[in-house]
Amino acid sequence: MTATLVPLVVLLPMLGAAVTLMLGRRRRAQMAVGVAVLAAVTVIAAVLLVAVDTTGPAVVYIGAWDAPWGITLVVDRLSAIMLVISAIMLLVVLVYSVGQGIADQHRETPVSIFHPTYLILAAGVFNAFIAGDLFNLYVGFEILLAASYVLLTLGGTGERIRSGVTYIITSLVSSLFFLSAIALIYGATGTANIAQLSVRIAELPQDVQLILHLLLLVAFGIKAAVFPLSFWLPDSYPTAPAPVTAVFAGLLTKVGVYAIIRTETVLFTENDLSTLLIVIGGLTMLIGILGALTQADIKRLLSFTLVSHIGYMIFGIGLSSVLGLTATIYYVVHHITVQTALFLTTGLIERFGGATSINRLAGLLKASPLLAILFFIPALNLGGIPPFSGFLGKVGLFVAGAQGAAPDASTAPDWLIWVVIAAGAATSLITLYALTRFWNMAFWRRRDELEGYESVLLGSVLEAPEGATVTATRTTPVLMVVATAALVAVTVCLTVFAGPLFEFAGRAAEGLSDPSVYVSIVFPGGTR
Amino acid sequence: MTASLTLVLLMAVLFGAGIAVMLERSLTRVLIGFLLVGNAVNILMYLMSGAPGLAPILGEGVDEGEISDPLPQAFVLTAIVINLGITAFMLALIYRSWWLAQLGAKGDLVDDEAELAEDAEEAADLIRSSAADDEAIQSLIDASDEEFDELVAAIDDEELEREASARDRDDERGRP
Repeated sequence: MTATLVPLVVLLPMLGAAVTLMLGRRRRAQMAVGVAVLAAVTVIAAVLLVAVDTTGPAVVYIGAWDAPWGITLVVDRLSAIMLVISAIMLLVVLVYSVGQGIADQHRETPVSIFHPTYLILAAGVFNAFIAGDLFNLYVGFEILLAASYVLLTLGGTGERIRSGVTYIITSLVSSLFFLSAIALIYGATGTANIAQLSVRIAELPQDVQLILHLLLLVAFGIKAAVFPLSFWLPDSYPTAPAPVTAVFAGLLTKVGVYAIIRTETVLFTENDLSTLLIVIGGLTMLIGILGALTQADIKRLLSFTLVSHIGYMIFGIGLSSVLGLTATIYYVVHHITVQTALFLTTGLIERFGGATSINRLAGLLKASPLLAILFFIPALNLGGIPPFSGFLGKVGLFVAGAQGAAPDASTAPDWLIWVVIAAGAATSLITLYALTRFWNMAFWRRRDELEGYESVLLGSVLEAPEGATVTATRTTPVLMVVATAALVAVTVCLTVFAGPLFEFAGRAAEGLSDPSVYVSIVFPGGTR
Repeated sequence: MTASLTLVLLMAVLFGAGIAVMLERSLTRVLIGFLLVGNAVNILMYLMSGAPGLAPILGEGVDEGEISDPLPQAFVLTAIVINLGITAFMLALIYRSWWLAQLGAKGDLVDDEAELAEDAEEAADLIRSSAADDEAIQSLIDASDEEFDELVAAIDDEELEREASARDRDDERGRP
């Protein structure tokens, strides 16, 4: 019964995209179809989550072709939680952009292709989460990337084209890496099925494994924006329309993180790169957040914190203990919602205050207390203030680190883990500092202080290069505020229901810690 | 695993050439580089299917060991289709970025009729200028023709004079 629901999470958005494309001239019908489709997917994902948690993983063999030959779709606990959280987020952001479109008479998203492209993006993301086949994972990546190229260059202004080119060429290179890796893996093992690969890759010589492992990590690392490969992100994300930036920041990098989790837990269990991952995780945290310190523009600042916080997840994956993976899964869920909520609030600030730079914003607390609350909660959350989920996720990761890496799967030395824990604590504080500075300037500073305000410190921080001037509308459409408030409420729920969620993440990590679990899901009768 | 040496060499050349072209600044060259590398990866994928064999259709009297591996071929087909879509998008992007570089944002404000009128004017200018060119060339030719005529006339005069003077001299000598 639940198995029949699995393909729907990809099919529904695809069909929805086709319908919205045909409805190109009727905006209201387009919006209705888009919201209905994503709401349906959210319900299906929730049903799948409950079913998978109680009765075990769901597997679908497309066209009834058995596992190594046909396309396999697998939903285990990790896939299910990723599906649910991304469906909720995509739905909220779509409602937000609908609100924005109605308020602006479609100034920001003037083209009729926004809704179809957005649904295609959703289909690609969902497909990547349920792929049981390395090549199907590649197809999922390509679907979401092609849609993201269109969304990022929406409207085709000079600024967006310029930043889009960086993003597109970087993504093309990463896709070529991924495809070459698949070709070489197929050459070495004769299969692309993830479960079968888990068995066969372990039989390969260590040096062959190392090459294939690094190729895949580079491909996924570019997508997840892990430190040396993260240069493209702060330049390309901030120029897109606010809802698009929110989706990209929240979701696209996490698809890369998800792929890295699968690579480490199922594919290359016998090849140990955990020391490398822990070092890179630490570097990503520190270098990302140091970039955030020098930004005056809130969108660029948030893009740098995004890069920085990917480091926590990479660190958790590197620990490769059950507790490390548990905390990573919890952190991924937390980060998707919080980062998206912050970008949505930024979109509201941009409308209300007419700017995104701390040099030009002031007095927002008095002007709009609601906006202040909507920014304050996720900002504290991201900074890791107790009792919010950001704090819980970080503590979970640090405790996992303190217990040491899994002795049989990881060779990372203890002192290194302690260094990275220290780096993580420092990153958390610096994140808080960067966000508080924005809060002080934009919300607490009085409006009349803005005139002739000169500060050496502020003068030295960077404005967005060629930042476009935005006219303040002084209006915040109800639908946009409701969508943002809903997402902020979700982030609070992650804190309130942290106990059950952490237990669920624990069960998911339990399933990941032993690759034979995944293999037995796909091959109930054992591999040949 | 057996592989065709020709294909391996072709793949290496495509990889090398593609990466070299991709490193250029121009977007069009980056696209060409992407196409070359993309095809190199496709050949790599195809090479992984091993030695060529019969068409992968199982039937009576077909030995399973003799047919070629169909899976990499399916992969390559999918990759080709994806590359096609990306290429189409890249071409549109390149055209857009060229348009913006040529005209800037105000290029979007030129409407079609104004553009047509402008085109017609430009064409008229061109025709006018070529007519002017013709005139100028014609006048040059005319001028040189006149000059030539004058020259010829001058030479003729000179010769006549010389002949006349020679005759005079002959006359003087002939009649002592």
